[in-house]
Amino acid sequence: MIEEKENIATKAKAKEQRTMIEIKDLHKTFGGENHVLQGVNLTVNKGEDLVILGRSGSGKSVTIKCIVGLIEPDKGEINVFGENVLHLNKSELNEIRVRIGFLFQSGALYDSMSVRENLAFTLRKHQRDLSKDEVENQVIEALESVGLADAIDKMPSELSGGMQKRIGLARTLILKPEIILYDEPTTGLDTITSREISELILDIKHKRKTTSIIITHDMACAKLTADRIMVLKEGVIHAEGTYEELEKSDDEWVRSFFE
Amino acid sequence: MILTIKKTFDDIGSVTLFAGKFFKEVFIPPYEFKEFLKQCYIIGYKSLPLVAITGFIMGLVLTLQSRPTLVKFGAESWLPGMVALSLIREIAPVITALICAGKVSSGIGAELGSMKVTEQIDAMEVSAINPYNYLVVTRILATTLMVPILVFFADAIGILGGYFGINIHGDVTLYHFLAQIFQSLEFLDVIPATIKTFFFGFFIGMIGCYKGFNASNGTESVGKAANSAVVTASLAIFIIDMVAVQITDLFM
Repeated sequence: MIEEKENIATKAKAKEQRTMIEIKDLHKTFGGENHVLQGVNLTVNKGEDLVILGRSGSGKSVTIKCIVGLIEPDKGEINVFGENVLHLNKSELNEIRVRIGFLFQSGALYDSMSVRENLAFTLRKHQRDLSKDEVENQVIEALESVGLADAIDKMPSELSGGMQKRIGLARTLILKPEIILYDEPTTGLDTITSREISELILDIKHKRKTTSIIITHDMACAKLTADRIMVLKEGVIHAEGTYEELEKSDDEWVRSFFE
Repeated sequence: MILTIKKTFDDIGSVTLFAGKFFKEVFIPPYEFKEFLKQCYIIGYKSLPLVAITGFIMGLVLTLQSRPTLVKFGAESWLPGMVALSLIREIAPVITALICAGKVSSGIGAELGSMKVTEQIDAMEVSAINPYNYLVVTRILATTLMVPILVFFADAIGILGGYFGINIHGDVTLYHFLAQIFQSLEFLDVIPATIKTFFFGFFIGMIGCYKGFNASNGTESVGKAANSAVVTASLAIFIIDMVAVQITDLFM
């Protein structure tokens, strides 16, 4: 009897360690009428790349913004690293946020700062005891990991869309996050640059052992990066599976994403 | 009508909460001293030429406009004192504050509005950096400190303008001119005028930050934030001035 209980506890603990993000019955309404999320449930395991597909306005970005506390949901539960982020105070939430990277659709680089300052600013805010040389080394290392060490002295306005996203990713990586949330990483980019970004996402996953949620409309990106795909429809997860499974889905609406 | 009143009260409530947050956050580390100095440079130093030109013209024009009336009453010798009093007590603080509302408040509104729209403020938030502390507290502190300094500067340049104005029609030495000014000035002329400039500075920064921070999504809202910051800050300056004058009047 005791052995059985211990076994259950060990299994539960193993599951907890494996599950990085767990969302239960998430609801969000905007303006009293626009019920965007109507009970989203999802789980992301350690080391997994989960791609979320869906039409524009289906609530994909809202879901990941809820995870990092940028949007407060009306109802539901969001567990990240085993803690319900909706019950955390500001400083506890910030401790979780440091462990999560977020790549914005626009890159969201601080346009009054150079590339070096963009990265160093984020790093210095969290590791105030680092020397100037240590900061510089980490900045260069992060830029090298996205292949843009040469852009260190450039201003964001001098960078192309693809470069801005790479630098945004480097700024995210400098804090060595365990989870990375990508909000439409390839939107607005040409096919070649999109592929480069997708390969970079894959490369980061392998080298840094990160867990990711990728919001995208780009099926080439989804095919390359996804371990598992979820399709959002009318505020709920409508379908789930691997790329190959969903490509052959019986549901015509789901299949239409792959055509 | 009822909706407009409700919205006005909603806005007043949000501004109050936003301002209240400043008094809470200003004491919480980390203290962004470097950013504060940068803002002091942008708000204070970069406004100097504009304030200098306006201050000089104010002093010169005020002297030239007041002179004929004083000459009529044979009170021309009062001109330096009158010009200095008008400048120090009212004209320099209000005009400088209005210039800052136009230049600084709109600049802050547009800058933060643009950061909001391009998700830069969200990027700070998700990186566990407090955007209110870094962007708002530093700017409000800088305007609160820099506007009074700019007003002192405008006072001095305005008085210099007055000196040139007097010397267009006469021949007064700078020593004599300044001596007359200091004879007319009292402690109660300078202190209330200085205190109100801190309030001007605080509201100029606070309104600019509030409008920028609350810009809704879309580039159009950046222009709206800048425009609304100027209008609201200018109105706030006149209201503060009116209240300050009433309070000062009680002690005179």
